[in-house]
Formats: sequence, C-alpha cells, structure tokens
Amino acid sequence: MRNLKFITTIAATLLLSSTGAFAASAEKGRVAFGKNGCWQCHGWEGQGGNAGPRLARTQLPLEALTAFVRGTNGPMPPFSKKVLSDEDLADIYAFISAQPAPPDPKTIPLLAR
Amino acid sequence: MTDLNGKDGFDRRKFLTGAAVAGVTPALTQASAPAQAQVAAPRHTPSALPPTMKTIAAETQPPEEMSRIGGKPGSDFMIDVIKTLDIKYAPSNCASSFRALHESMINYGENKSPEYISCMHEESGVGMAHGYFKATGKMLLTMVHGTVGLQHATMAIYNAYCDRVPLIIIGGNDLDAATRPPGVPTFHAAQDINAIVRDYTKWDDTPVTLQHYAQSMVRAYKIAMTPPYGPVAISLDAGLQQEPIHEHGSKLYIPRYVPTSPPQGDSNAVREAARLLVAADNPVIVADRCARTPNGAKLLVELAELLQCPVVDQGNRMNFPNTHYLSRPAGVIAGADVVMGLELSDFWGTVNSFTDNGENGGVGVNASRVKPQTKMISITSVDLLTKSNYQDFQRFQTVDVHMAADAETTLPSLIEAVKSAITKDRANAIAERTDKAKKAYADIRARDMQAAVVGWDSSPISTARLCMELYAQIKDLDWSLVSSAGDVSNWPARLWSIEKHHQWLGKSGGYGVGYGAPASVGAALANKELGRFSVSIQSDGDLMFAPGVLWTAAKHKIPLLSVMHNNRAWHQEVMHVQRLSNFRNRKANYGGDMGPIGTCIENPDIEYHKLAESMGWWAKGPIKDPAQLGPALKEAIAVVKSGQPALLNVWTQPR
Ligand code: HEC
Ligand SMILES: Cc1ncc(C[n+]2csc(CCOP(=O)(O)OP(=O)(O)O)c2C)c(N)n1
Ligand SMILES: [Mg+2]
Repeated sequence: MRNLKFITTIAATLLLSSTGAFAASAEKGRVAFGKNGCWQCHGWEGQGGNAGPRLARTQLPLEALTAFVRGTNGPMPPFSKKVLSDEDLADIYAFISAQPAPPDPKTIPLLAR
Repeated sequence: MTDLNGKDGFDRRKFLTGAAVAGVTPALTQASAPAQAQVAAPRHTPSALPPTMKTIAAETQPPEEMSRIGGKPGSDFMIDVIKTLDIKYAPSNCASSFRALHESMINYGENKSPEYISCMHEESGVGMAHGYFKATGKMLLTMVHGTVGLQHATMAIYNAYCDRVPLIIIGGNDLDAATRPPGVPTFHAAQDINAIVRDYTKWDDTPVTLQHYAQSMVRAYKIAMTPPYGPVAISLDAGLQQEPIHEHGSKLYIPRYVPTSPPQGDSNAVREAARLLVAADNPVIVADRCARTPNGAKLLVELAELLQCPVVDQGNRMNFPNTHYLSRPAGVIAGADVVMGLELSDFWGTVNSFTDNGENGGVGVNASRVKPQTKMISITSVDLLTKSNYQDFQRFQTVDVHMAADAETTLPSLIEAVKSAITKDRANAIAERTDKAKKAYADIRARDMQAAVVGWDSSPISTARLCMELYAQIKDLDWSLVSSAGDVSNWPARLWSIEKHHQWLGKSGGYGVGYGAPASVGAALANKELGRFSVSIQSDGDLMFAPGVLWTAAKHKIPLLSVMHNNRAWHQEVMHVQRLSNFRNRKANYGGDMGPIGTCIENPDIEYHKLAESMGWWAKGPIKDPAQLGPALKEAIAVVKSGQPALLNVWTQPR
C-alpha cells in the first residue's frame, strides 16, 4: 500500500516528541475520534469502508500512525497539530487499538452464500 | 393552434361555431392494421356562446350532444397516437397547460396504456420513468407544465440522459400570445420551452399541427429507443390539444413505429480488437452500460470465458454475474496489457486515478492505473451522441481501437472474431489462466467477508450488516434491488449473488441526488407486473429531495421494501468539507452537529418512519440495534408481499 511505504520513509525522519507523555484513554479516544472527524471515512468503530481503510486493531505503532496522519499527501487529508492535538491522537490510537476482535466470518450464517 | 392567417376562422377562446367542426374524420394509422379502432366523432353543432347560436343549438340538437368544443378534440387524436407506442404509464403532476391531453387520457383513453400515475413533483415523474425503463426495457412518458414543471423535471432528465435511458417528456405550453389567457398562463408560457433541456435530450420538437404531432411522437419514440437511448421532449401547444381536429385537406394518419437497428462495430475494427484480445497475456474487460438487456450479460460471459479474462463491472447496469470466477474489482486493470471498455461513461477515469489531495495548486494529482504499453479498445454508442455544453463525455482518453457502436450489438461478431483468432497455442495459454482466476476470485471473496465482520455488532448498524441482514431475507425470492442510493461500501456487489439482469438496476447516471426514491418506485411498479420482489436501499439525503413519491407508491399500491441507509447526513459532503478544512489547516466547524455545518441531517432527527406512515406506508424505526433488524425485516417483507410498500428507518454507519 502506498501509505505504508510513506509511513516507513517518513516515520523515520519525523521527530515525534510528546507522544507517550500522558496516559492515553480509549474512552476519551472514542470522543476524539468523533470530534475530529475520523469516523467520517473510517466508520464510528474504525471498521473501514469505501471511504477509508479499517483502523480497528491497527497494526501500526503510534509513531507511524502519527507520522501518517500529520503528513500524508495521499487520499486522506492530513491533520496538523493545530487541528488535532497529539493528546487527542494518542487517545484515538488507544481507542482503535482497543476495539474487540471481529468474529470469524465462518461463524456468521448471514455470510454464507 | 389557430390558423395564423385567421382563414379558417375559428377561435377557441370564443368557442366554436359549427363551421369549424364540419368534416371531422377518424384518425387512421398508416399501416392497414386497425391498430386503434377509431370512431368518427358524431357530426354535431356544439351548444355554445353566443346566445343566438345557443338558441339555435337548443332547438336543433338533443341535450346529450352538448359540447363546448365540437368534434373530436385534438388531444383525443394525440392519445390515439400514444396508444400505438406501447407506453403503459404516464407518471405526472397535473397542470392546465396539458389539461386537454390529461382529460383525453383518462376519459377518451379510459386511463389505460397509458395509465395516469399521480406524482407530487415533476422530478418524481421522470425518476419513476427512469426506474421503470431499467426494470422492463419499456419506455414511459411524463407530462409537465412546459415552464415551471419542466424546470422541476430538469435534474431527473439530466440523470436519464447520462444513464442512457429513454423517456418522452410532454410539456404543455400556451404558445399563441394573442389568445392565451393573461396572468398565470402567460407566466407559464414560453417561446421555446424545450430550450432548458435541449443540452441533455436526444431530440425535441414543437409540433404545430396534429399531423406534425403524430410524426413527431413516433419519431421521438424511435429516436429515444435507438441506442444510445435517451430522453426526448415534445412541446404541446395547449390550443392544439384543445381544439377539435381540423385537417388541412388531408386525412390524419399515425405513422407505424418500426424499431431502428442499433449500430454495430465496423468489421475491421472488430477483427483488430479480437486480434489484440487473443494475443494479450492479461486482457481485462471493463463494462459499464454494456448489458442493455439480459442477453448482453450472457454474451459478456461467453466472451470472458472464451478469453478466460477478468471482467470489471462498473455497475451502471448488471453486466456480469458477480458469482462468476472472472468477476473482479477495478484494481485488476493494473496488470492488464489490453483493456477493453464496453459502454464506459468514463474511459479516462477507468485507466487513470485522481487523488484529491490539494496538491498542484489545489487541483490534485493524476496518475495512470495501467502500464505504459497497455493497448486500449473502446466500444460505445455514446460516441454517436456527444453534445457540447454538459460535460458527461468526461476527460479525453486516447484509445487504440475505437468503435462508435453499441457494445451489446457488437458482441456476437466480436465473439466470432475471437473464436477465429484463437490458435492452438493461444488456446493453451488461455486455458492456463483458469485455475489462477478461480483462486484469485476466492481470495477476494474471503477478504470481503473478513472486511464485512469488522464492526458487525456496532450501533448505528454497519452497512455490511444492513446489507447482509437484508439479503438473508430476500435471497430466496425473485428479488430486484431497484436502487441503492447513498453509499453502502458496495456490499451488495461484493457479497450478494447478483446473477440476473433485474437484480441490479444501476445508479442515477448524472449523480443528481434524489434519483433513488422515485426510480425505486418506478422500477417497483414494473416489477409488480412481473411478479418480482422490489427492494431499495434508501439514503436519507436522497429521499428528502422529493419524498412525496412515497405517497405515489401508496396511492397506486406499488409493493416496495425500502430499507433506509440513514446515516443522518449528506455524508459525501461531510467528507468534502472536512477535507477542505484540513487542506486549509483549519479546524472544521461542526456547529453542534457530528460533522461540518451544513452537511448533517440531525438536530432534529427526521422520523422517516412517521413520514412514510403519514403517506400510507407501513413503517418502523428508528432501528439502531442490529439484533432488531432481522425481525423488523421479516415483518416488513410480509407487508410488501401483501401488496403494500413498507419502510424501515435504519440508523447506519456513514459508509
Ligand atoms: C476524508 C476522509 C478521511 C478522514 C476524515 C480521515 N481519514 Fe484516515 N484515511 C482515509 C483514507 C482514504 C485513507 C487511505 C490512505 C492511503 O491509502 O494513502 C486513510 C488512512 C488512514 C490511516 C492509515 C491506515 C493504514 O493502516 O494504512 C490512518 C492511521 C488513518 N487514516 C487515521 C485517521 C485518523 C486518526 C483520522 C481522524 C483524525 C482520520 N484518519 C480521518 C480517509 C480519511
Ligand atoms: C441534486 C444534487 N444536489 C447536491 C448534490 C451533492 N451531493 C452529492 S452526494 C450528496 C449527499 C447525498 O446524501 P445521501 O443520499 O444521504 O447519501 P450519503 O452520501 O449520505 O450516503 C450530495 C448532497 C448532488 N450530487 N445532487
Ligand atoms: Mg445520508
């Protein structure tokens, strides 16, 4: 994926200072995910869809995620520190990381063809 | 219309004298077959002003012969013409400029073929005709007030034009400035009512005599029904409708309609396309409005299997069964060495990407989606219908083999050409693709299932859950997804089994929002006759442009299951304004809503179930808990099976 390439190159060069300086909260993260508009393209649970990929249980480290959100020039509009604080972003990270594992599709009869 | 020289001496405004109605003769079709049994209007002198005439009439005519307008009205003949054209319904909003045609349709024409369907908005009438055509392949007409009504209808006409859907729009107009009533009817008159839609209709006319009208109606039907299909407009003078038939020396006739054969690709170009496809290692077919009929989809399967090549169905029609192992999402063209586009509305956009990232001074970034040497073939009849003003022809794309021809009509000869071009070597190479293709198909399906379960139990309900709960309840019926308005992340195309042409009717064409609701009702009207079960995924923004069409469905007992994708927003625009705020490094102002000011439909929430109920629907909601959706669907389906429309107001995730 184009954005992952971006992350590996940019994450290394960006200085990520303040992350981890406060205790991130998944609960506050849910609110921040709404107030900052992440839900619009990624869904209220970070499930993903036509407008943006899944974020729930992201495999990205916080630093890479932050670098991406701040600096992407792909299909996602970037969020600067001015419009989204590091604190909010860390909470958002906690929220999407804490999402429950989805069920196995094979256990859902509605998905049988 | 009155004779401009005044020679014939009748004036509808002064009512009629006996002289004006003498010699009325029955309309005859040019064909010898008695397509419409015409009865000569009885010769009579009407009872009318002035009093002296009235006195005479009273003494000479039996009372049942009383008629203000003597003879057979012109609008009766207009109905005779329409009745030869296999037009079943006329969804319309009433207006005085076509009152005579309206009266003839319901009384003289006995409200059959066409049957008048009461609409609350001209856009709904056109939208219904749009949906009806896609479910049946049969055209409808709509009548509109030539000025204000046509103004309302325009967006829906543009959608039909972009979606290559035929329909006839009849606009009433009081052309004669010397005689038309002052005030409102004059506000509602124009020199050239069709000017407002000329850029997005295939043809239009303003007939000035009844014979002219007969020719123009048959011509309009013929033009509209020749691929590329499209809407046509007829301006009908109110006087011409109201006045009695008055022939200028010759008898009226109705020209016989004979369909025009659609254009087929040039045989050299077809051979060259076949050569490229057979020689290719990774040919890809992309279809948009290729399958005009179920046969188009069958032919496409035959061609794809011959070549063992993937097919991308862009979804403006059901072109290819999504259960076939050669069915693929758009990404497959990245590996193509030959791309053949069939009736694509946007070839450039098919082989190029656009990233809306604010770069290049705000215009974004373009990039190719295909390898530089990729050969391209296009077959599209729309090349025969390019207009200048509206830009539905999209960006310019250079193509190696370009046929201005109807794709479905060209497929049989292309299939034959491909068969003759396949050598033994190529046959082996082609056969080797099959196993890989089957595996790729299975992988994509597994990935889609994995994606569908993320957020499965969320509230508001995920679009995947919405679609799969719905599908589970309808899959054993002869279902037809008449419209999917808004964006549900393509779940029906990804996870339902769509194998029949009527199971997916495509989108609006011009992306004029407000298509979904009326097109669903129109297609459901068609499906009712055909014994199919109609279901619509109905977004909130789309419904609220002209929700009065719900009443039309109830009024005309049109069974339709409308399941709402109520994301409480014009969500597409939520994301657009957010994007621009970010580009400008400004915090988006939500003004107390969940998204940017002006893009959300909340505070207060609209109670769509009550809205529908108030217009005669069975309805339930708001449904926010996914566990409640299945049982509610069961109830709603029972209602629809009994012949009524039913709506579920479901709160959904944004996409
Ligand atoms: C307007 C739509 C939109 C909004 C709003 C949005 N995103 Fe995205 N996001 C996207 C798209 C599209 C991508 C895919 C980008 C790509 O492939 O380069 C993406 C990708 C991402 C990724 C990379 C995911 C991966 O695994 O590769 C992260 C992380 C992310 N978004 C976080 C966020 C956060 C946090 C917010 C809110 C502050 C947010 N996004 C708001 C559209 C959006
Ligand atoms: C007539 C018209 N007005 C405005 C738009 C701009 N527009 C594009 S998508 C959209 C939102 C549609 O809302 P909805 O039908 O609820 O679908 P959603 O995006 O929420 O899935 C709007 C307003 C349009 N395309 N057509
Ligand atoms: Mg919406």
